[in-house]
Amino acid sequence: MANNNSVFRSFWLRWFACGASNCTRHWGNTFFVLPYLSLYVWLLIVPVFTGLWLSFNEIDLLAGDITFVGLENYVNLIHDEIFRGAVWNTFYFVLLSAPVFVVLGLLLALALNRPGKAGAVLRAIFFGSSVLSVTIVTLVWRLVYLPDRGLLFNVMTSMGLEPIVPLLSASLALPAVALTTVWWGVGLPMMLFLSALQQIPEELYEAAAMDNATRWRSFWSITLPSIKRTAALVTTIEVILQFQIFGQVQLMTLGGPDNASRPLVLFIYEAGFRQWALGYSAAAAQVLFALMLIGVTVQAWISRRSHAD
Amino acid sequence: MTKIAGKQFGDRIVLACVTIFALVWITPLIWVFMLSFKPNDFLMAHTNILFSPPFTLKNYNDILGTSAVSGWIVNSLIVSIATTFLTLIVASLAGYGFARTEFRGKSILFILVLAGLAVPEQAIVIPLHRMFADLDLHNTYGGLILPRLAAPFSVYLMTQYFKAIPKDIEEAALLDSTPRWKIFLRVVLPLSIPAQATLGIFTFLNSWNDYLWPLISASKPEMYTLTLGLAATQTNFAQSEGLGYLMSQAVFAGLPIFILYLFFQKHIVTAVAGTTVR
Repeated sequence: MANNNSVFRSFWLRWFACGASNCTRHWGNTFFVLPYLSLYVWLLIVPVFTGLWLSFNEIDLLAGDITFVGLENYVNLIHDEIFRGAVWNTFYFVLLSAPVFVVLGLLLALALNRPGKAGAVLRAIFFGSSVLSVTIVTLVWRLVYLPDRGLLFNVMTSMGLEPIVPLLSASLALPAVALTTVWWGVGLPMMLFLSALQQIPEELYEAAAMDNATRWRSFWSITLPSIKRTAALVTTIEVILQFQIFGQVQLMTLGGPDNASRPLVLFIYEAGFRQWALGYSAAAAQVLFALMLIGVTVQAWISRRSHAD
Repeated sequence: MTKIAGKQFGDRIVLACVTIFALVWITPLIWVFMLSFKPNDFLMAHTNILFSPPFTLKNYNDILGTSAVSGWIVNSLIVSIATTFLTLIVASLAGYGFARTEFRGKSILFILVLAGLAVPEQAIVIPLHRMFADLDLHNTYGGLILPRLAAPFSVYLMTQYFKAIPKDIEEAALLDSTPRWKIFLRVVLPLSIPAQATLGIFTFLNSWNDYLWPLISASKPEMYTLTLGLAATQTNFAQSEGLGYLMSQAVFAGLPIFILYLFFQKHIVTAVAGTTVR
């Protein structure tokens, strides 16, 4: 009997690959991850697949009907001028904002990578706006851009210039939103570059100074190569973040004038929660998801390649 | 010698330039702050007189007396604090489970969680909205809190942290065959307080500033968070008779979080910048 029992035991031991300690404890270990995993499956995995499924359907909210329509939503998206414009606006906005984030973030980090009080205060100023919510930032900037009484109007008239109203101009609306976005978020790239700069060993610069290298030259051959990886990281983060632009346009321009500033997420939001075309909106959301996955993969591929060089 | 002097001189110029740039950078904030103390009818004619009278506190009085702002602040506090606490509990447990314990299917499950990092919020809001409508969760605190708890990032962060804690700290306790949950509570959890602080600040700020999901889920004004409520007051922006009132709302909503930022600046910077690096 005792022998039987030990055979039984060793079978289970092997089955669970438990090693030296006992099995019940190992099963118990799943309870650490169970609360999170159930939330994760319920609130993330299931919605991802329902979203994909919804995008192949037409949903009639009044009748409560769901009709399978195959790829119809996607075909309609391709023929939808507003959607194509939204895709273009999204890329255009990323192109407007991401490079500024990287360059300005780096410049500020280089200038403010210094000990002492002045540096600390200035760093706090440039990072401070990042903690504000999107609604506070847009409220402030809508007041800045306000026709006739805004800050921009005041500044331009006091300099004797013809005042402009950027949010009402099709060509200036997105750049104006991009300026607001950079103002809001430049703290993050600045801090990322600062922590990269602080990890460069001081000896490298001392050695360069011994060789009578100019500041420009030591920047070019020491600083830049050392922060290459951070620059790639900052670019990736900013491209992903800015690709998802929503709150600023929804609050400042509502996509206007004449759809000139409507990006993808605003399109998804309006199709889904203004026109209640849920299947259509879900299809647009899949396009966003796919574009972001492609973007991240391409960027990972490029950075791996440049890293291998 | 002259070279060093030249270097210092160049450094001064750089500092001067950045200081001027910083002043330009915060001009919008100063302008809004100063004008929020002006009477509304005065602002109809002048928005360029900042530092001389008339001054008034009426705009702030109006916020406290008539508007729903205080209710929104309470909502924001409830949602953000609950989200933060629940995230810390769930993510610490899961992080410890993935980093330190063995169970079947662990690596596959962890890869599944990491895959979730690639899912943008916007891709799932429509199905989430339907699910929550079926469960009657819209316009409730639960409806605002729950989706945030599924964020894979917090689990990833805690897993990385627990992996970095030396194993031998636990081993002595393991030999005594102390139950795993006791080791977690008494030995490992106290060591993870710095990580808890970082994740806590990060989660609180994100939840406080969250916009898209509350906009979709909370349609009743009494369930608005502060972030959402401020958006609602902006919609009737065109009849901007209450310019000073709008400005005082921006200040009123921004100032508490800004003061918090000044107090916890170091932690917030590590929380926001540090979490992105990992």
